[in-house]
Amino acid sequence: MELPVISNTPATQSGGCSSSGCGTAPDALAHLPDHIRAKVQDHPCYSEDAHHYFARMHVAVAPACNIQCNYCNRKYDCANESRPGVVSELLHPDQAIKKILAVAANIPQMSVLGIAGPGDPLANPERTFETFRQLSEKAPDIKLCVSTNGLNLPQYVDEIAKYNIDHVTITINCIDPEVGAQIYPWIFWNNKRIRGVEGAKILIEQQQKGLELLTAKGILVKVNSVLIPGVNDQHLKEVSKVVKEKGAFLHNVMPLIAEVEHGTYYGIMEHPSPTAAELQELQDACAGDMSMMRHCRQCRADAVGLLGEDRGAEFTMDKIDVMEIDYEAAMVRRKEVHDALVEQMEAKRALKTPAPVLAAGVPSDARPVLMAVAAKNGVVGEHFGHAREFLVYEASPTGHRFIGHRKVDLYCAGLDTCGDGDLGSVAEPESILDKTITTLKGCEVVLCSKIGFEPWGKLEANGIAPNGEHAMEPIEEAVMAVYRDMHKAGKLSTPISDRKAA
Amino acid sequence: MALQITDACVNCWACVEVCPNNAIYEDKPHFLIHEDKCTECLGDHAEAQCAAICPIEMAIINELGEALNPAGSLTGIPIERLIELGLYKKAA
Repeated sequence: MELPVISNTPATQSGGCSSSGCGTAPDALAHLPDHIRAKVQDHPCYSEDAHHYFARMHVAVAPACNIQCNYCNRKYDCANESRPGVVSELLHPDQAIKKILAVAANIPQMSVLGIAGPGDPLANPERTFETFRQLSEKAPDIKLCVSTNGLNLPQYVDEIAKYNIDHVTITINCIDPEVGAQIYPWIFWNNKRIRGVEGAKILIEQQQKGLELLTAKGILVKVNSVLIPGVNDQHLKEVSKVVKEKGAFLHNVMPLIAEVEHGTYYGIMEHPSPTAAELQELQDACAGDMSMMRHCRQCRADAVGLLGEDRGAEFTMDKIDVMEIDYEAAMVRRKEVHDALVEQMEAKRALKTPAPVLAAGVPSDARPVLMAVAAKNGVVGEHFGHAREFLVYEASPTGHRFIGHRKVDLYCAGLDTCGDGDLGSVAEPESILDKTITTLKGCEVVLCSKIGFEPWGKLEANGIAPNGEHAMEPIEEAVMAVYRDMHKAGKLSTPISDRKAA
Repeated sequence: MALQITDACVNCWACVEVCPNNAIYEDKPHFLIHEDKCTECLGDHAEAQCAAICPIEMAIINELGEALNPAGSLTGIPIERLIELGLYKKAA
């Protein structure tokens, strides 16, 4: 059986015709078996809808790593940087438990705890499993996840099953050792450092074996892949096909993050990161008819809160030490909040206007249009200039489709200024606007609650129409209203290729 | 005979996990190797385990001060490029 790869909407309790299946968003979850849908509906990393409601946290208990990736380096702990592998505070398992209970009590919508690094969790088996063991005893209401490069995975599959860890993420960037040798300079295996193609071959074998063993046990596996232009971009289509066949339920293709100041191989060698358009093209190609996971924020190994936010600073060890947590009481409260959120999520989905209504009047051969939205809490609620990211939607005669998010702030100000705080002051406002316009390439409309005179003109000059007429409206309705207006104005009949040439 | 850790160390714990002699301990500003416990893995392994997993060039040296993982040996980044960016430090 070939499992579909992605899920972007939450499941409803019962089977049959869910409101989302008949509604606006393509319901990729509908193709998943019921037991998987039930597992992912409140998981912010797996369900596009759930990430607006439920929070996650990572605890950095796993420092050591057993491979080298060319997009990673082990030197940095920078408060301003947001990328996997970066942390500020390494925790021992006992500290991690304290932190998790404190966060779970204070952020009751925190549903998921993951161990993702900053090294490889399975290269630190004692710390990782001690954390899971204690947590499964003390906080049985928290879902557990682990991420790994896969090298040590086969030997720990039974241990993973023992602690009721039901989600595992494996980073699989290739299935061809020749490609792998360009991504992994070495691995540590059987007490030796093994380099190049030979090392990559072992890593790939272990990853695939681990994937098979996990899915055979019914443990959900998500596969992460880093899209590295010129290295694995074409190859990832094959990777996607193979991991789907082996039972991975979700494939998450993320863009390479590479800046000189990160000190990674790709950064220092100035390897290009993919553009938003390249990423989208590949996600579409891997997805086939299914939608891909597109809301990943590539968070740090010590992130706390909703995706896209990090409340880690509220829960440093010195602050936690003075907190008193009654977890029994917290668990009751957590259950109430959790149930209310699920209800809210379902009610909101049931209220959504069906796609055919939103697209009414637009002929079926009208071309699709990409729109960027400065969003806040599901509505067009952010000023253009305040947006740190834009959500990109595709409007078409069949309705709207969430394509992904495009960040417009800097990851890090650079080696010398790192840690100095105010990122916005580093670059001139002018160049930030230019950068935003480049980031929004391919979008024809920007929806926001408000926009200044200057960016308005500049966006228009670059072929992107600013739109502030739908402030505070639900995103999908606003996007489709603009699409209908474009049709009325005769803007949807021109093929996009002609439009670009014009 | 014993290996030593230099100030290039980033305290990533990888060596601690693999040392057969429990010879490596946490210290500030970086991890250290217990001189009396380290055997350079002779008799246990073909390669000194700390040096075989260490991700940082120049971080582990022998009694002669020679780096077991010299500059350019682990990341594949050419030394010229590191010099150009001011990131190359000569061995102590």
